[in-house]
Amino acid sequence: MTESTKIGTMRRLKGVMLKRVHGMITCREFDEFINAYLDDELTSKERTRFKMHLFMCRECRDYLAAFERTIEVGSAVFNSSDEPVPNDVPESLINTILKIREGDEHAGDKKEK
Amino acid sequence: MQPDQSSSQDPGKISAETLVRDNIGWMMVVAQRLLIDRSLAEDAVQDALISALKHLDDFEERAKLKTWLHRITVNAALMKLRKIKRRAEQSIDLYQPEFDQNECRIEAPWTQVKSVEDILENEQRRTQVRSAIAQLPDDYRIVLLLRDIEGYSTSEVTAWLDISAHNVKIRLHRARAALKKLIEPVLRGEVLS
Repeated sequence: MTESTKIGTMRRLKGVMLKRVHGMITCREFDEFINAYLDDELTSKERTRFKMHLFMCRECRDYLAAFERTIEVGSAVFNSSDEPVPNDVPESLINTILKIREGDEHAGDKKEK
Repeated sequence: MQPDQSSSQDPGKISAETLVRDNIGWMMVVAQRLLIDRSLAEDAVQDALISALKHLDDFEERAKLKTWLHRITVNAALMKLRKIKRRAEQSIDLYQPEFDQNECRIEAPWTQVKSVEDILENEQRRTQVRSAIAQLPDDYRIVLLLRDIEGYSTSEVTAWLDISAHNVKIRLHRARAALKKLIEPVLRGEVLS
Protein backbone atom coordinates (compact mmCIF):
# COMPACT_ATOMS: atom_id res chain seq x y z
CA MET A 1 0.00 0.00 0.00
CA THR A 2 1.50 3.35 -1.03
CA GLU A 3 1.65 6.31 1.35
CA SER A 4 -1.01 8.23 -0.56
CA THR A 5 -3.36 5.20 -0.60
CA LYS A 6 -2.83 4.83 3.14
CA ILE A 7 -3.62 8.54 3.72
CA GLY A 8 -6.71 8.24 1.49
CA THR A 9 -7.98 5.20 3.41
CA MET A 10 -7.41 6.86 6.78
CA ARG A 11 -9.20 9.96 5.59
CA ARG A 12 -12.18 7.93 4.34
CA LEU A 13 -12.45 6.16 7.69
CA LYS A 14 -12.24 9.44 9.56
CA GLY A 15 -14.88 10.98 7.29
CA VAL A 16 -17.32 8.11 7.86
CA MET A 17 -16.69 8.23 11.61
CA LEU A 18 -17.20 12.01 11.85
CA LYS A 19 -20.46 11.76 9.91
CA ARG A 20 -21.87 8.93 12.02
CA VAL A 21 -20.80 9.71 15.56
CA HIS A 22 -23.38 11.83 17.35
CA GLY A 23 -22.17 15.33 18.25
CA MET A 24 -19.28 15.34 15.80
CA ILE A 25 -18.95 17.68 12.83
CA THR A 26 -17.26 17.09 9.49
CA CYS A 27 -14.24 19.07 8.27
CA ARG A 28 -16.50 21.04 5.93
CA GLU A 29 -18.78 22.00 8.82
CA PHE A 30 -15.72 22.83 10.90
CA ASP A 31 -14.56 25.13 8.11
CA GLU A 32 -17.87 26.98 8.11
CA PHE A 33 -17.45 27.62 11.85
CA ILE A 34 -13.91 29.03 11.71
CA ASN A 35 -14.67 32.75 11.44
CA ALA A 36 -17.44 32.57 14.04
CA TYR A 37 -15.00 30.74 16.32
CA LEU A 38 -12.35 33.43 15.82
CA ASP A 39 -14.94 36.17 16.45
CA ASP A 40 -16.20 34.29 19.53
CA GLU A 41 -19.67 34.02 18.03
CA LEU A 42 -20.27 30.27 18.42
CA THR A 43 -22.88 28.98 20.85
CA SER A 44 -21.48 26.82 23.65
CA LYS A 45 -22.78 23.68 21.88
CA GLU A 46 -21.14 24.70 18.60
CA ARG A 47 -17.94 25.58 20.40
CA THR A 48 -17.79 22.16 22.06
CA ARG A 49 -18.29 20.45 18.69
CA PHE A 50 -15.66 22.68 17.11
CA LYS A 51 -13.14 21.85 19.86
CA MET A 52 -13.89 18.11 19.66
CA HIS A 53 -13.25 18.17 15.94
CA LEU A 54 -10.05 20.12 16.48
CA PHE A 55 -8.88 17.48 18.94
CA MET A 56 -9.65 14.63 16.53
CA CYS A 57 -8.46 16.09 13.21
CA ARG A 58 -4.83 16.84 12.47
CA GLU A 59 -5.62 18.38 9.06
CA CYS A 60 -8.02 20.90 10.60
CA ARG A 61 -5.59 21.68 13.42
CA ASP A 62 -2.87 22.43 10.87
CA TYR A 63 -5.30 24.36 8.70
CA LEU A 64 -6.54 26.53 11.58
CA ALA A 65 -2.98 27.35 12.69
CA ALA A 66 -2.05 28.44 9.16
CA PHE A 67 -5.35 30.32 8.76
CA GLU A 68 -4.79 32.29 11.98
CA ARG A 69 -1.20 33.05 10.99
CA THR A 70 -2.47 34.32 7.62
CA ILE A 71 -4.69 36.87 9.36
CA GLU A 72 -1.82 38.03 11.59
CA VAL A 73 0.62 38.29 8.70
CA GLY A 74 -1.88 40.07 6.44
CA SER A 75 -2.46 42.70 9.07
CA ALA A 76 1.17 43.06 10.14
CA VAL A 77 2.56 43.36 6.64
CA PHE A 78 0.78 46.66 6.14
CA ASN A 79 1.98 48.01 9.45
CA SER A 80 5.62 47.24 8.78
CA SER A 81 7.79 50.24 8.13
CA ASP A 82 8.63 49.42 4.52
CA GLU A 83 5.14 49.65 3.09
CA PRO A 84 5.64 51.73 0.00
CA VAL A 85 4.78 55.16 1.45
CA PRO A 86 4.48 57.76 -1.25
CA ASN A 87 6.96 60.25 0.23
CA ASP A 88 6.97 61.66 -3.22
CA VAL A 89 3.39 62.97 -3.12
CA PRO A 90 3.54 65.29 -6.08
CA GLU A 91 3.55 68.97 -5.19
CA SER A 92 1.21 69.47 -8.14
CA LEU A 93 -1.44 67.35 -6.39
CA ILE A 94 -1.18 69.43 -3.22
CA ASN A 95 -1.38 72.65 -5.25
CA THR A 96 -4.39 71.41 -7.21
CA ILE A 97 -6.26 70.60 -3.99
CA LEU A 98 -5.43 73.98 -2.46
CA LYS A 99 -6.43 75.83 -5.65
CA ILE A 100 -9.78 74.03 -5.80
CA ARG A 101 -10.28 74.88 -2.13
CA GLU A 102 -9.45 78.52 -2.82
CA GLY A 103 -11.87 78.57 -5.76
CA ASP A 104 -14.62 77.09 -3.57
CA GLU A 105 -14.01 79.74 -0.92
CA HIS A 106 -14.18 82.57 -3.45
CA ALA A 107 -17.35 81.13 -4.94
CA GLY A 108 -18.82 81.03 -1.42
CA ASP A 109 -17.80 84.64 -0.77
CA LYS A 110 -19.47 85.79 -4.01
CA LYS A 111 -22.67 83.98 -3.12
CA GLU A 112 -22.74 85.66 0.30
CA LYS A 113 -22.33 89.07 -1.32
CA MET B 1 -11.81 51.22 13.61
CA GLN B 2 -8.18 51.75 14.58
CA PRO B 3 -7.44 54.00 17.52
CA ASP B 4 -6.81 57.58 16.52
CA GLN B 5 -3.15 58.50 16.66
CA SER B 6 -3.69 62.12 15.78
CA SER B 7 -3.39 64.95 18.21
CA SER B 8 -6.50 66.39 19.77
CA GLN B 9 -5.97 69.77 18.17
CA ASP B 10 -8.98 71.81 17.16
CA PRO B 11 -9.37 71.13 13.43
CA GLY B 12 -11.06 74.48 12.98
CA LYS B 13 -7.73 76.13 13.65
CA ILE B 14 -5.75 74.15 11.11
CA SER B 15 -4.99 75.91 7.87
CA ALA B 16 -6.01 74.13 4.69
CA GLU B 17 -2.40 73.76 3.66
CA THR B 18 -1.35 72.22 6.99
CA LEU B 19 -4.20 69.76 6.90
CA VAL B 20 -3.30 68.71 3.37
CA ARG B 21 0.45 68.45 3.94
CA ASP B 22 0.16 66.65 7.28
CA ASN B 23 -2.23 63.99 6.05
CA ILE B 24 -1.81 63.47 2.34
CA GLY B 25 0.99 60.88 2.75
CA TRP B 26 -0.89 58.34 4.85
CA MET B 27 -4.12 59.02 2.95
CA MET B 28 -2.29 58.04 -0.25
CA VAL B 29 -1.19 54.80 1.43
CA VAL B 30 -4.78 53.93 2.40
CA ALA B 31 -6.17 54.83 -1.02
CA GLN B 32 -3.45 52.93 -2.85
CA ARG B 33 -4.06 49.79 -0.79
CA LEU B 34 -7.69 49.87 -1.84
CA LEU B 35 -7.26 50.97 -5.44
CA ILE B 36 -3.82 49.47 -6.21
CA ASP B 37 -3.35 51.99 -9.01
CA ARG B 38 -1.32 55.05 -8.05
CA SER B 39 -3.07 57.61 -10.26
CA LEU B 40 -6.52 56.43 -9.14
CA ALA B 41 -5.34 56.74 -5.55
CA GLU B 42 -4.23 60.34 -6.24
CA ASP B 43 -7.69 61.11 -7.68
CA ALA B 44 -9.39 59.57 -4.64
CA VAL B 45 -7.19 61.48 -2.19
CA GLN B 46 -7.83 64.70 -4.07
CA ASP B 47 -11.60 64.11 -3.82
CA ALA B 48 -11.25 63.15 -0.14
CA LEU B 49 -9.24 66.22 0.83
CA ILE B 50 -11.47 68.63 -1.09
CA SER B 51 -14.49 67.11 0.63
CA ALA B 52 -12.73 67.28 4.01
CA LEU B 53 -11.79 70.94 3.54
CA LYS B 54 -15.33 71.75 2.49
CA HIS B 55 -16.77 70.18 5.64
CA LEU B 56 -14.03 71.12 8.06
CA ASP B 57 -16.22 73.74 9.73
CA ASP B 58 -18.97 71.17 10.38
CA PHE B 59 -16.48 68.69 11.78
CA GLU B 60 -17.47 67.59 15.26
CA GLU B 61 -14.61 67.63 17.70
CA ARG B 62 -15.70 64.45 19.42
CA ALA B 63 -14.61 62.44 16.42
CA LYS B 64 -10.88 62.67 15.96
CA LEU B 65 -9.39 64.24 12.89
CA LYS B 66 -7.47 61.21 11.62
CA THR B 67 -10.43 58.86 12.10
CA TRP B 68 -12.63 61.29 10.20
CA LEU B 69 -10.11 61.69 7.37
CA HIS B 70 -9.59 57.94 7.22
CA ARG B 71 -13.31 57.37 6.66
CA ILE B 72 -13.46 60.09 4.01
CA THR B 73 -10.47 58.53 2.23
CA VAL B 74 -11.97 55.04 2.27
CA ASN B 75 -15.26 56.45 1.03
CA ALA B 76 -13.60 58.32 -1.84
CA ALA B 77 -11.58 55.23 -2.80
CA LEU B 78 -14.67 52.99 -2.79
CA MET B 79 -16.55 55.53 -4.95
CA LYS B 80 -13.65 55.50 -7.40
CA LEU B 81 -13.57 51.70 -7.39
CA ARG B 82 -17.27 51.54 -8.29
CA LYS B 83 -16.69 53.75 -11.32
CA ILE B 84 -13.67 52.03 -12.85
CA LYS B 85 -13.62 49.06 -15.14
CA ARG B 86 -12.92 45.91 -13.17
CA ARG B 87 -9.56 44.23 -13.44
CA ALA B 88 -9.37 40.79 -14.99
CA GLU B 89 -9.72 38.53 -11.98
CA GLN B 90 -9.25 34.87 -11.26
CA SER B 91 -12.12 33.10 -9.54
CA ILE B 92 -11.63 32.87 -5.80
CA ASP B 93 -12.95 29.29 -5.97
CA LEU B 94 -9.50 28.23 -7.17
CA TYR B 95 -8.07 29.08 -3.75
CA GLN B 96 -10.63 27.56 -1.41
CA PRO B 97 -9.96 24.57 0.88
CA GLU B 98 -10.56 21.14 -0.58
CA PHE B 99 -12.65 18.31 0.84
CA ASP B 100 -13.19 14.71 -0.28
CA GLN B 101 -16.58 13.02 -0.82
CA ASN B 102 -16.87 12.39 2.93
CA GLU B 103 -16.35 16.11 3.66
CA CYS B 104 -12.86 15.42 5.01
CA ARG B 105 -10.24 18.13 4.54
CA ILE B 106 -7.49 17.51 2.03
CA GLU B 107 -4.48 19.36 3.41
CA ALA B 108 -0.79 18.64 2.96
CA PRO B 109 0.82 18.10 6.40
CA TRP B 110 2.42 21.15 8.00
CA THR B 111 5.74 20.59 9.74
CA GLN B 112 5.93 24.26 10.72
CA VAL B 113 4.09 27.54 10.36
CA LYS B 114 6.57 30.40 10.15
CA SER B 115 6.23 33.05 12.83
CA VAL B 116 5.02 36.54 11.95
CA GLU B 117 8.47 37.89 12.88
CA ASP B 118 10.21 35.41 10.55
CA ILE B 119 7.98 36.42 7.68
CA LEU B 120 8.20 40.14 8.27
CA GLU B 121 11.98 40.25 8.62
CA ASN B 122 12.39 39.28 4.98
CA GLU B 123 11.57 41.93 2.40
CA GLN B 124 10.87 39.41 -0.34
CA ARG B 125 8.30 37.62 1.84
CA ARG B 126 6.60 40.89 2.80
CA THR B 127 6.32 41.80 -0.86
CA GLN B 128 4.91 38.35 -1.66
CA VAL B 129 2.20 38.73 0.99
CA ARG B 130 1.21 42.18 -0.29
CA SER B 131 1.11 40.92 -3.89
CA ALA B 132 -1.05 37.98 -2.81
CA ILE B 133 -3.56 40.37 -1.24
CA ALA B 134 -3.55 42.52 -4.39
CA GLN B 135 -4.27 39.38 -6.42
CA LEU B 136 -7.59 38.69 -4.68
CA PRO B 137 -10.76 39.61 -6.60
CA ASP B 138 -11.91 43.14 -5.62
CA ASP B 139 -15.15 42.02 -3.92
CA TYR B 140 -13.11 39.92 -1.50
CA ARG B 141 -9.95 42.02 -1.31
CA ILE B 142 -11.87 45.11 -0.20
CA VAL B 143 -13.66 43.24 2.61
CA LEU B 144 -10.36 41.74 3.78
CA LEU B 145 -8.63 45.15 3.73
CA LEU B 146 -11.44 46.96 5.54
CA ARG B 147 -11.88 44.28 8.22
CA ASP B 148 -8.41 42.86 8.84
CA ILE B 149 -6.14 45.74 7.90
CA GLU B 150 -8.06 49.00 8.33
CA GLY B 151 -9.86 47.60 11.38
CA TYR B 152 -13.49 48.40 10.56
CA SER B 153 -16.32 46.31 12.03
CA THR B 154 -18.65 44.03 10.08
CA SER B 155 -21.50 46.53 10.44
CA GLU B 156 -19.35 49.39 9.15
CA VAL B 157 -18.32 47.34 6.11
CA THR B 158 -21.94 46.30 5.59
CA ALA B 159 -22.99 49.95 5.37
CA TRP B 160 -20.14 50.91 3.05
CA LEU B 161 -20.59 48.11 0.57
CA ASP B 162 -24.37 47.94 0.85
CA ILE B 163 -24.35 44.17 1.36
CA SER B 164 -25.67 42.06 4.25
CA ALA B 165 -23.59 41.23 7.33
CA HIS B 166 -23.84 37.57 6.31
CA ASN B 167 -22.37 38.41 2.94
CA VAL B 168 -19.52 40.39 4.53
CA LYS B 169 -18.70 37.38 6.73
CA ILE B 170 -18.77 34.95 3.82
CA ARG B 171 -16.54 37.19 1.70
CA LEU B 172 -14.12 37.67 4.58
CA HIS B 173 -13.91 33.93 5.18
CA ARG B 174 -13.30 33.17 1.53
CA ALA B 175 -10.77 36.00 1.22
CA ARG B 176 -8.81 34.77 4.24
CA ALA B 177 -8.89 31.18 2.94
CA ALA B 178 -7.70 32.29 -0.48
CA LEU B 179 -4.94 34.40 1.02
CA LYS B 180 -3.82 31.44 3.12
CA LYS B 181 -3.58 29.33 -0.02
CA LEU B 182 -1.73 32.04 -1.93
CA ILE B 183 0.88 32.64 0.77
CA GLU B 184 1.31 29.00 1.77
CA PRO B 185 4.90 28.84 0.51
CA VAL B 186 5.70 31.89 2.67
CA LEU B 187 4.01 30.38 5.73
CA ARG B 188 5.82 27.09 5.18
CA GLY B 189 9.15 28.87 4.80
CA GLU B 190 9.56 27.89 1.15
CA VAL B 191 10.66 30.24 -1.58
CA LEU B 192 8.01 31.38 -4.02
CA SER B 193 8.80 31.02 -7.67
